[in-house]
Amino acid sequence: MSATLAKGISAFKEVIDAPIASFFSSCVHCGLCAEACLFYTETSEAKYTPIHKLEPLRRIWKQEYTLLGMLGKMLGLSKPVTDAELAEWEPLVYDSCTLCGRCSMVCPVGNDITYMIRKMREGMAASGHAPEDMIAATTRAINIGSPMGVKWPAVQAQIRHVQADTGIDVPVEREGADYLVVMSSMEIINFPEYLSALSRIFKQAGVSWTLAQDAFEATNSGIQIGASDLAREIVSRIVVAAERLKVKCVISPECGHAFTALRWEGPNLMGRPYGFEVKHILEVLDELQKAGKLKTSGKDKRPLTYHDPCQIARRGGVVEQPRRLLSEIAADFREMSDAGVMNWCCGGGGGVSAITRAEPLRLQAFKIKKRQIEATGVQTLITACANCRIVLEEGIEHNHMKVEVIGLTELLAQYLVEESTP
Amino acid sequence: MSHLDLLTFARGSALNWALMLFVAGIGLRLFEILGLGRKADLARPRTITPGSGWRTIAMRSLPAEGMLKRDPVTYIGGYVFHFGLLVTIFFFAPHIEFFRSITSLVWPGLPTALIDASVVAAIVALGVLLAHRLNNPVKRMLSGIGDYVAWGATLLPLLTGYLAYHHLLTEYTLMLALHLFSIELLLVLLPFTKLFHTFSLFISRWYNGDWFASKGVAS
Repeated sequence: MSATLAKGISAFKEVIDAPIASFFSSCVHCGLCAEACLFYTETSEAKYTPIHKLEPLRRIWKQEYTLLGMLGKMLGLSKPVTDAELAEWEPLVYDSCTLCGRCSMVCPVGNDITYMIRKMREGMAASGHAPEDMIAATTRAINIGSPMGVKWPAVQAQIRHVQADTGIDVPVEREGADYLVVMSSMEIINFPEYLSALSRIFKQAGVSWTLAQDAFEATNSGIQIGASDLAREIVSRIVVAAERLKVKCVISPECGHAFTALRWEGPNLMGRPYGFEVKHILEVLDELQKAGKLKTSGKDKRPLTYHDPCQIARRGGVVEQPRRLLSEIAADFREMSDAGVMNWCCGGGGGVSAITRAEPLRLQAFKIKKRQIEATGVQTLITACANCRIVLEEGIEHNHMKVEVIGLTELLAQYLVEESTP
Repeated sequence: MSHLDLLTFARGSALNWALMLFVAGIGLRLFEILGLGRKADLARPRTITPGSGWRTIAMRSLPAEGMLKRDPVTYIGGYVFHFGLLVTIFFFAPHIEFFRSITSLVWPGLPTALIDASVVAAIVALGVLLAHRLNNPVKRMLSGIGDYVAWGATLLPLLTGYLAYHHLLTEYTLMLALHLFSIELLLVLLPFTKLFHTFSLFISRWYNGDWFASKGVAS
């Protein structure tokens, strides 16, 4: 794709809608959004103030969509947005924003700043000002099928391992199944226990499910980099497979932004509502438990806490489900400060974990999570996002903390009552 | 031109022009925003919560969890200023009389001692908020000329009103005329500065509440 400033400006103009115009009109420059952003609170650098990250987009709005701004532009009084400025803003829009949405929860005038950053990335990508690492990941996702370069044979190898370990048949391309399971590359490469846990839980619960050869990857780099055309192509793979296999529901994996991409952005990218449902795995497990189909025995006696992935809790509404599930299997569950919809990000969402140069900043931002974990006094941290998990593990390692991170699905499977096959 | 002539002008044509520009400006700004429209959200909402936008309009006036502690000056200063200003505008007997003359609506006023205290509190809060803006690196970075113009345009009606009521600094008729001119300046500037948040925040909060609620989150 050829990126130019003109294309970027055009993309900026295209994404500006009534909500964005109202948000820019309402901002009183109070700076409270900074107090909600871990990149500001952990560095005290004013440039990380969320609304400041949108300055080029604000000027485009003013110059193109307000009478006074248009007059100013005609008279040559306004400052144009340049390539040099966008290059300067690239680390602000990508490296130091995880799209966690915390600022959008605190802005006194109600600005959804995260929505604006997501939209601004469209212009940044179109103008050629997206980080190299994210461009590479998106290119792999388009050309290979996964941002980490994972292909179907790698999934097949996983399936063989699961079948050998559990004796459970992992269904593939099963038409008419109730659920289509998709995964993140991170789960396929780093956390194979997810597929194993899922297979065991679904067998016990009698769930009809399947994997699809051409739609196993749930992550969507197009969303993170801000390229809607590419995001559409990536999400359409899952939509096409779900429709081909006639499933009733697609299960989004333990991955935050995959849920956002598939559940909330997907239908808008496709330009039509889905004919199937999309649920996060925690929603499905919660439903199974409520229906009495998820039987567990015993409780984990270790003190443990739960990290709410931003896209699943604050931007996804899955807050009570993990707590209900944990109440069945955890004897000493300790809630973190600011838990739930006000939880602090791991520091690696929104594509930040894919940006190599952002690592020092990400580790600095992790300090807030470190304090949160330490205040609970636990050595076991549960979460439901593979990206959060790897970012948390890196932060924990970097800070020499003795904390183990476990996926909730995997933990549930450890306490599963498995009946022998008749 | 005598002080009385000046006051007559301030109460007459100047006020009419200011009100016309105010109404036209508000109309223009609302059109600039709402005219852009937004695409329908095709994602199935988690729950149907039609009142969520209105809920956020009301609830966003309260600080989010843990935020008051992080920046008490902005929150407390903001509350004192807005409360003092609103009480003064809408519950000072001569102001109610003005509103009656243009809308025929009447409501009870508050004792002048209370109004007096509200004005002083609002002026002090404005001073504290300006000092905070100049000292806080984030606020200082975000601030431009528009922020300081808006600050001044908000202070002047409060200050001139206080001085006129207490017959301070200059002759009453002249100060009352200056009070009216300062209000007219505020009316003309409001639609075109950040003071427009008086209107647009209802739209912003509504969008915010509506979006979050569709995902099952009360914002």
